[in-house]
Amino acid sequence: MKKTLISAATLMVAMTGTAMAGTLETVKERGAVQCGVTSGVPGFSVPDDKGNWKGLDVDLCRAVAAAVLGDASKVKFVPLNAKERFTALVSGEIDVLSRVTTWTQTRDTQLGINFAGVNYYDGQGFLVKNELGLKSVKELDGATVCVQSGTTTELNMADYFRAEGISYTPVVFDTNDQAAQAFDSGRCDSFTTDLSQAAGLRTRMQDPSAVGALPEVISKEPLGPVVRQGDDTWFNIVKWSHNAMLNAEELGITSANVDKMKAESTNPNVKRLIGLDGPKGKGMDLADDWAYQIVKQVGNYGEAYERNVGKGSPLGLDRGLNALWNQGGLQYAPPMR
Amino acid sequence: MSSDISNSSHKPDGGSAQPKAPPMDKPKFWNDPKKRSLLFQVLLLSALGFVFYTIIDNTLTNLEQRGITTGFDFLTSEAGFGIAMSLIDYTEASSYGMTFLVGLLNTILIAAMGVFAATILGFILGVARLSDNWLISKFATFYIEIFRNIPLLLQIFFWYFAVLRTLPHPRQSIEFFGSFINNRGFIFPAPVAEDGFGLVAFGFVAALVGSWLISRWSAKRQERTGQQFPVFLTSIGLIVGVPLILFLLSGMPMGLEHPELKGFNFRGGITVIPELIALWLALSIYTAAFIAETVRAGILAVSHGQTEAASALGLSKGKTLRLIVIPQAMRVVIPPLTSQYLNLTKNSSLATAIGYPDLVNVFAGTTLNQTGQAIEVIAMTMAVYLTLSLLTSFFMNWYNARIQLTER
Repeated sequence: MKKTLISAATLMVAMTGTAMAGTLETVKERGAVQCGVTSGVPGFSVPDDKGNWKGLDVDLCRAVAAAVLGDASKVKFVPLNAKERFTALVSGEIDVLSRVTTWTQTRDTQLGINFAGVNYYDGQGFLVKNELGLKSVKELDGATVCVQSGTTTELNMADYFRAEGISYTPVVFDTNDQAAQAFDSGRCDSFTTDLSQAAGLRTRMQDPSAVGALPEVISKEPLGPVVRQGDDTWFNIVKWSHNAMLNAEELGITSANVDKMKAESTNPNVKRLIGLDGPKGKGMDLADDWAYQIVKQVGNYGEAYERNVGKGSPLGLDRGLNALWNQGGLQYAPPMR
Repeated sequence: MSSDISNSSHKPDGGSAQPKAPPMDKPKFWNDPKKRSLLFQVLLLSALGFVFYTIIDNTLTNLEQRGITTGFDFLTSEAGFGIAMSLIDYTEASSYGMTFLVGLLNTILIAAMGVFAATILGFILGVARLSDNWLISKFATFYIEIFRNIPLLLQIFFWYFAVLRTLPHPRQSIEFFGSFINNRGFIFPAPVAEDGFGLVAFGFVAALVGSWLISRWSAKRQERTGQQFPVFLTSIGLIVGVPLILFLLSGMPMGLEHPELKGFNFRGGITVIPELIALWLALSIYTAAFIAETVRAGILAVSHGQTEAASALGLSKGKTLRLIVIPQAMRVVIPPLTSQYLNLTKNSSLATAIGYPDLVNVFAGTTLNQTGQAIEVIAMTMAVYLTLSLLTSFFMNWYNARIQLTER
């Protein structure tokens, strides 16, 4: 029903002229960033028992709010399922979509949206009950697989099984949570999604230790924040909010030491990031200390990673591909100068 | 009515022959109600046309400006995702257009099954609520009040999880007569027609036609002579008997494809997925409660004098209900019943919550998201529900007109 509303909203917006240009002005006027997130994937975006949203994707929204409004708490979170997300973004219901969304060619080129970076390099895997004693995805012939509808996951699974000549029955649900529950209650032999989300959803199952992932990773899933096409200023702001977090980690600036660095550091790279030197907020219509606010209030990328999905969280995921480039990973941000 | 008025305004003196009909008597065109209303209608139509033109033009311009691809070309490209249940041949290599058909057929299937079950259940309950038997009427009241006051979505969830949780895994399936029940669904042997089965099918059709002819003949005979003929029993006998005899005579040309447990699941046979079962239960049980109330209202609308007259004629209670009360009640029942059928069809779109692959789930869900063609997909989906609703209401109106009292 919500989906229909949003689709109707797209129609309305598409019909009633432009007036969508200045996202930055709209956000400043409103005093809050409207950020589309999942309806609950542990580690990425999930409300805690007090109703505060937590997660890696959530931290990106907060970083944008810190950069634009100087206050990381000024975010209005809009939970969306996979089917609703792009329509919600294009129709202007949200300003940023930060919702474990895979960057693909179709999405980037045909939906009127832009991907502003990759905040998590992921891949698709399969969860099964350990009692089945399976060793490989190739043994899933004839299996029933629970999956979320309207995802790249659904397509990758179809491609992979077709290529391998494996028959299967997909059972498709609106949200990943429903798909995981149906798998948990025995409707399906397997549940497929991005491995990071699988790790998060597994923590919610009746007996997480009875469930394991098969070794194959069948796809590349670069996940990242998305903005509407046609507003370059806003696109730059989101892109550089993410870059600032990566650069801060690379320079060793954390939320704990950023004030000390600001007062003492003589490193020109640090001074530029903190906004004492260099391009500052020019070209993005931001305050000069925008990146400082991000690091101060949200932290650098490594901090966000560790507390949400890394060792400091129930998910306990390794940095792996998401380590910085100089530590063997893929996370690499252009320099701030 | 309106022509009377305008006529009289044209000829205030009743059209008496005035030798000099003064031309100034003819009103100016803006004072002529007929021409004036025509003018306003033309103005309104052009205004509407302009509004629609602006909307469509704006939409297209804006979509183009934002780099959103439009058009229906996507319908022919490969869908690339699987669907759990389809009534026609569908693979991942089929087109997005096929996903539309698969979803559409699944929606029609659940709507037809729901309408069928809800009608039967609803009529029984509606009559039962008016029963003299205390237990039966209280049971019907209880049922109606419970099921029409709980949101449908909750009922769907209830049935889905109630059905799923109690069912065993495929390896521990409940087995009976070569059929199996497990949490992947209800699996039974598929009938496979062999050579000579066409004769049986022909016999079935012939029996249907025969029954129809007999019912017409019997109605005419009853009108002429007053004699009755057991049409119902004869028809049942024909429709069941003829194909059965032909089936036996031609050496039972029908094989069964038995489901077999292989690996994870059963292969072969026909599988009814639990999503379909849960949705069917929820939709029929929910809608039946409303239909029951409609039927009750219809029966209460028939004057009690009719019942008294019938019993004065010596008709039994059952016959009174069947021949006197229900036919008259139907005139009141049909219009709200149509609404219930329409509601059921549209409510079937809640399927998306439990993963039954209906039109909204498959087409307005997955296909929309994979292609991003929101406007085209939503327009097509809305057109389908509109068409289904119009067809239902057209048929019901036709039926309603047919059963109205014919005044002689």
